[in-house]
This record gives sequence, C-alpha cells and structure tokens, in this order.
Amino acid sequence: MEVLLIHLVNALLYASVLFLIAGGLSLIYGVMRIVNLAHGNLYAFGAYVTAWAIGGVAAGAPSSLLLVLLPAGAFAAAVLGAALEPTLLRPFYKRAEEYQLLVTFGLLMILEDLLRFIWGPYPLSASELFENFGSLTIGDSLYPTYNFLVIGVGIVAAVFLWAFIYKTRFGVVLRATSQNMRMASALGVNVNRVYVQAFTLGCFMAGLGGAIVVPGQSAVLGMGVDALVLAFIVVVIGGLGSLEGALVGALIVGVVREAGIAWFPEIELAVLYLAAAIVLLVRPAGLFGRP
Amino acid sequence: MSLLVTKELVKYFGDTHAVDHVNFTVKHREVLALIGSNGAGKTTLVNLISGLFPPDGGQILFRDRDVTHESVHGRIEAGIARSFQLVNLFDQLSALDNIALTIFSRDHKTKKLVSLASADGAVWDEAYEVLRLFGLDAKARMLAGGVSQGERKLLDVAVAYALKPKLLFLDEPTSGVSTREKAPIMDTVTSVVRSMGISAAIIEHDMDVVFNYSDRIVAMHQGTILADGTPDEIRRNEAVRTTLIGTADAH
Amino acid sequence: MSTPAVAASAIAREAGSLRHVFRWALPVAVILLVVPWIVPQYTAILLTYGLIMAIGALGFNLLLGYTGLLSFGHSAYFGVGAYVVALMVKYLRVGSMELFLLGAIVGSVIVTAVFGFVCVRYTRIFFGILTLALSQVLWSLAFKFFWVTGGTDGLRVPTPSLLAGLATGTGDKTDFMSHAYYYYVLVIFFACVVLMWVIVNSPFGKALQAIRDNETRAEFVGVQIWRYRFVAFLVSGVFTGLAGALWVPLNGLTTPDIMHWTFSGEIVFMTVLGGFRSFAGPIVGAIVFNYLKTYAVGYTVYWQLLLGAVLVALVVSLPTGIVGTAERLAARWKKGG
Repeated sequence: MEVLLIHLVNALLYASVLFLIAGGLSLIYGVMRIVNLAHGNLYAFGAYVTAWAIGGVAAGAPSSLLLVLLPAGAFAAAVLGAALEPTLLRPFYKRAEEYQLLVTFGLLMILEDLLRFIWGPYPLSASELFENFGSLTIGDSLYPTYNFLVIGVGIVAAVFLWAFIYKTRFGVVLRATSQNMRMASALGVNVNRVYVQAFTLGCFMAGLGGAIVVPGQSAVLGMGVDALVLAFIVVVIGGLGSLEGALVGALIVGVVREAGIAWFPEIELAVLYLAAAIVLLVRPAGLFGRP
Repeated sequence: MSLLVTKELVKYFGDTHAVDHVNFTVKHREVLALIGSNGAGKTTLVNLISGLFPPDGGQILFRDRDVTHESVHGRIEAGIARSFQLVNLFDQLSALDNIALTIFSRDHKTKKLVSLASADGAVWDEAYEVLRLFGLDAKARMLAGGVSQGERKLLDVAVAYALKPKLLFLDEPTSGVSTREKAPIMDTVTSVVRSMGISAAIIEHDMDVVFNYSDRIVAMHQGTILADGTPDEIRRNEAVRTTLIGTADAH
Repeated sequence: MSTPAVAASAIAREAGSLRHVFRWALPVAVILLVVPWIVPQYTAILLTYGLIMAIGALGFNLLLGYTGLLSFGHSAYFGVGAYVVALMVKYLRVGSMELFLLGAIVGSVIVTAVFGFVCVRYTRIFFGILTLALSQVLWSLAFKFFWVTGGTDGLRVPTPSLLAGLATGTGDKTDFMSHAYYYYVLVIFFACVVLMWVIVNSPFGKALQAIRDNETRAEFVGVQIWRYRFVAFLVSGVFTGLAGALWVPLNGLTTPDIMHWTFSGEIVFMTVLGGFRSFAGPIVGAIVFNYLKTYAVGYTVYWQLLLGAVLVALVVSLPTGIVGTAERLAARWKKGG
C-alpha cells in the first residue's frame, strides 16, 4: 500500500515538472503557432541558474533565503525568452514552418553549448535545499519532503495559469489572438506585444520547471533535449495548444512513466512513445486539441 | 435519363441546414447554372457531390450508380471533376506540368516510379492540346503561381477538364476577375464543354453570365432548391425575382 | 493530335534537362573517381563519410523537398541500417557487405512501413513531432536493451568483405577504407543518385510535388494522398537505411547516438545547407556539412554553438542553401554577361 502511495506521489512529482515544461510549449504554440525546439533548453537554463544561485552563490545560507532564490531560474528563463522572441523568432512568422523549426533547432545547439560554456561540462547540484527539507515517513519508508513542494508548485502554477487565462483581461486578449490573429489585430490588439508576452510566459514556465527540479536532481548537459521529447509526448497526448491537454497529458505521462520504472524499466520510454502514437491514431488532434 | 441525381441530400453544420433535403439533377449534355445568394448552399452541394466531405443523409446517384460513399478518387474515376472558387493549383509547377500531372493521374501512370515523365510524349502532347483549347499554350512553361488571375481561373478549369470527366463542376469560374475578362472565360469554357459533349454545372453570381451561357438554371435559397427551369422561366419566376434577382437589380 | 512542333518541343524538353545534368554531373563524377589518388587518405575517408550521408540526405529530401513533409525522425532509419549490420555481425557472423546491404534494406522497409503507416496521415508540425517521437522509441530500445545492443557502449563492426570476398580489409584498414571501400560507396552513391533522379522526374515524382504544392487539389485530380506519401516515406527511409549500413563499417562502431533525434536534426541541417529546393542540394549539403562538422569538432569543444550559429545565419540569409544561391548567382551572371 505504501509502495503504491510512494509511486503515486512520484508520478505527481514528475507530472508537475512535465506540466510546467509542456504547458509552456503548448501555450506558445497555441498563441503563436510556433514549435520551439529549444524549449527544453530554457528548462535546462532555469535549472542551471537556480543551481548556480542556490548551490554556488548562496551556498550555506539559511533555507529561507535559498527558497527565495529558488525562482531565479524561472525569471532568468523569462528574460532570455523576452530577448529571443523579438530578435530571433519574429522575422520568421511569415516564413514557412520548416524555417521556424530550423531556426529553433539552431537555437537549441547554441543554447546547449552556452550552458557548457558558462557552467562547464560537469553537473551542477543544489541539493542543500533538498536536504534541508528533510524527509517524512510514508509507512515504513522515508520520503523527501521537498518533493511535496514541487507538487505544490505544479498545482499552484496550474491554478494561477487557469485564472490568468480565463479571468484576466490579458487572458482574453491572449485567447482572442490564439483564435484568430488577424481578427485580433484588426480589433486593435498589439499582436507583437501579445507574442512576446506569451513567449516570455511560456519560457518562465519552462524555467520554473527547471528551477524546482534542480534541488532534487543535478543540472546536467542534455537535460533540455531529453525534456523536450517528453514534453512533445505530453502535448501529443493532450493536444498541441491546449493547457488542459498539457495538464492531463502530464498526469498520464507521469503515471505511465512511474509504472514503467517500477514494473517494466527496459521499455518504459518505448511504452510512452507508443502511447503517444496510439492516442494520435485514435484522436489525431490529441485528447483536448482542436482538429 | 439524368446524368446525376441527388435524393434528399442533407448536410448540417451545427444548427445550420447548409443543404436541406435537396433533390438535384444534372442532365446529359447540358450547361447548368447554380445560383443563389451567399450561404444558399451551392458550394456545399458541390462539395458533397464531389466528395470533399460526406453528407449527413440522402443519396447521390451518378449514371445510375450510388456514389454517396465513394472516395474522391472513386468519383473522379466515375467521371465527376471540379474546379475551385479560390484558385487551387500546383503553384510551383508549370502550367504544362499542372495539366500533364492530371493526365498522368487520370491514366493511372503516377504509379510509375522508375520511368521519366518527360519520356511519355503522348501525355505531353495531350497536355499542350488542353492548354491550347483554353488559350493558355503561350503560358505553358510559366509557373502556375506566376500567371494572371484570369489565366489562373482558366487553368483551374483546364485541370478539371483534363480529367476527361462526364460532369464538370465549376465553382465561380469568373469570380475575382475583371468584367472585361468574364465573357472570354465563359466563351472558352462553355465552347469546350459543348464541343466535348459533356455536362457542366456552374456556380455563378453574375446574372448576365448566368442567363447568357446556361441551358438550365437551379436557384438555391437557405439550403433548399427555390426554382429550377430554363433561363426564361427563371427570369419570370416570382420567388426568384424577390429573393435573388431583385437584390441583384438593386445594385 | 500530335503536331510535329509539339512533339519536337517535348523532345527538346527532355534533351534540355539531360544536357543540364551532364554538364554538371559528368565533371563531378570524374573528379570523384580520381579523388583517392590525389588527396590524403584522411580526406578521402572524410569524403566517403560525406557521400554516405549524401545518400541519406537524398532520401530525406524526397520527403522534405518533393513531398513537403519535414521529418525529424530519419535518425531511426539510419540507425536501423547501422544496427541491422551490427546485429548481423554479432548474431549471424556475417561479414559480406552485400548481405549487410540486403539486411539493411529489409530492416528499413519493415520499420518505415510501420512508421509510415502512422505518420502519413499527418502534415506540417504534427508530422515532424510524430516522426520524432517514433524515432525516439527505437533510440530508447537501443539504449535500454544493452544485452542485445551494447547500450551506450554500442556494437563494433569489423571491416567487411566486398563483392563476395573479392576485396577484404585484411591489410591496412585506412588504405582499404580510402580506396576499395571508397569506390564501393561511390558506385552505390552513383546508383542512388541516378535512381533518385529518375524517381523525382517520374510521373510518381510529379504526383509528390503536386501533393506538396496543394494537397486538396492533388486529391481532386485523383492522387490518393496517403498512398503516395506512404510510398515516398518508404523510399525515403530505405535510402537513409542504406546510408546507415554503409556508414557503420567505416565508423567501426554504432552507438544509440545515431538514433537520437538530434541526429535527425543534423540530417535536416545538411539538407537545408545544400538547399532542399534543388535535387543536388542535399548531396552538396551532406558533403559540406561533414567537413564543416569535422573541422568544427576539431577546432573547438563548442562546435555545437558554431554549427548552431551557422544554421541560424543560413536560415536568415540564405534560405535556398548553397545550391540555390549558386544557381541564382549563376543566373544573374549569365543575364549580366
């Protein structure tokens, strides 16, 4: 029973992080119709910045200060996103999709090496915060308390995002632009500004995912590229462009992956990819996607 | 005997009855005009018959064969071809290639992977011939994306014609071109259709064009057929006058 | 109906395109034939890698350039070709290159048939993501089933015997690879180029281009879209699988890296570098990319950054690639002169 409970919490932990990454990817696609292949690198960037802040700069500081520094990665990723969208992506909205993908693939290569250049080839850890939180007991086993913080952040992020998009004026503009960019533009919406805001928000989410994950596991090169593929699976299952889809997709992937690790470790990833392929066959636009 | 018959054909888009129990016929060797205001269901009817999407009810019989559930490919094989209102061409292929590809496809030659398309002289000769029929032979080598709007409209019809259909649907062949270009386009299209002994159903808004070039007119309104008759009958039809031509005269 | 003028122009059309081909292809072919005798062995081996990747990119571009589908999963077929060879060595003790090629073709036909069945229903970004996700299935299998695939250590492949034992690599491996194997690859490369050239100029190839330009209209001239895309997918995958099989004896080792989606990205990169709108683009792109990457890797640990910057600059300023830009310059020069 406890084992099952631990698996469940692990699945939620994983789903929280995945939701942040895939939700950002989906939000950006939903508004801008662009798939950012470098999205995973923004997640990695968030992880590195937070690891550098908590594990390097402020190492040894009290937990409360470390907690305050935790979102540093999210803000750093947001700033990076706000700089990238107008300079690198904006010239490509009118060009064919192939070019958009290629330019973000080039960005992926650049960011991957920039991380190596700034922080070196070795893993960067911020485990101090993770350890400070200690652990609690589930049945007979010890379970890290920090993981509940991650799950909490995931839930809060989902609620905030929902409120943001469905309850604020900005959300209305965002949804209008995603429904029909031309119409929104004709009605006086500054589409350029909406795009940069949406992209920044998406990058913030990815960076937040990286920031909260890094105390529990180190920041390593290649983590972004791997995360991107998992985020793709989430959005393929949930439907590209849908935040509800990203949430449900992240939960499904979280559960399947945890079950995979526990019972069929060799084919865990293969099962995930196949699940995505089957969803696409049955529902081409994903569970919540617009066809 | 009719070439095409639809029986109680139905298509809903949400609550809108786009095509509402329509019994529509096309006879052999006739040029028929399909008229009606925007949203009357003309294009939807053509989309249903050509197989762009399936109907919600009813039947489509072509040459006494039920083609209601036939694929687009199957309908083309049976002899139904269409052009598009917004020009729909292979813009990065030449005008000649547009026609030649259509002929290759019609003759089941596109299955050939390991033979040069240029080696099949008969196809290219026929493609030239089709372009000449439509007065486009001078533009053979130009990319379809690079010729004038009027020529694109004609090429769109020529592509459909090259399938050697028995029934040709033309969705507003003169929309988007200047008034001066309309008559030459219609002259070309109807003379080709009549000389080949096939039928054509033309969706058209311009009433001068409609009355000048068609043998029969079907008027649609809110998803149903309002009137069906010769140009003279339609001209005198009270319902058509009030709902359609009246508005046409007004501007 | 067949007037002499029309028939003559049809013939002129064919002769024109053939003349164009010979003007460029013949000199290049001659250069490729004498290369091993005039350049250092290392350069010849690099060129061998380039030619092999050119076969793969040529296959890839049947989808991107001619059918309008951007695949981010071609690493899978390349990897299948390579791993089929490695597994034939490991389990069947096969050493004949011809059997390797046969095995790679069979293997890649099976995998592309399965993947293609799923993928051809989608276009645009969905096609890209789906091919990417499916290719990662194979990557994860190669990665996890280490008792079969060697995991991240990969599998070693010894020097094969060519032409049923006529040439074997018992002597100096470098010498063998830069001469006998070079010519072996070159012949297959020529065959692949001719075959692909015929395919894209066949009625089938015209149908693919029609699908690329306008899917709806293609359907309404009777082209059965999914069927044609599926065949294109199959041909494309098999070309890339063949490249994988030729690559692995040269490299001597295959690891899951060549199955990873970032390797698919490299295949996309080289094709766009050369120019995906022209037939020769992927060939030129693959060979240039191979040198570029080799030198970038030798020059700096930050080679990815360098290549990424090249890619961004390329997409921004030279979207038609090397061949497209050269053609444009040549046309302008001709007009001016």
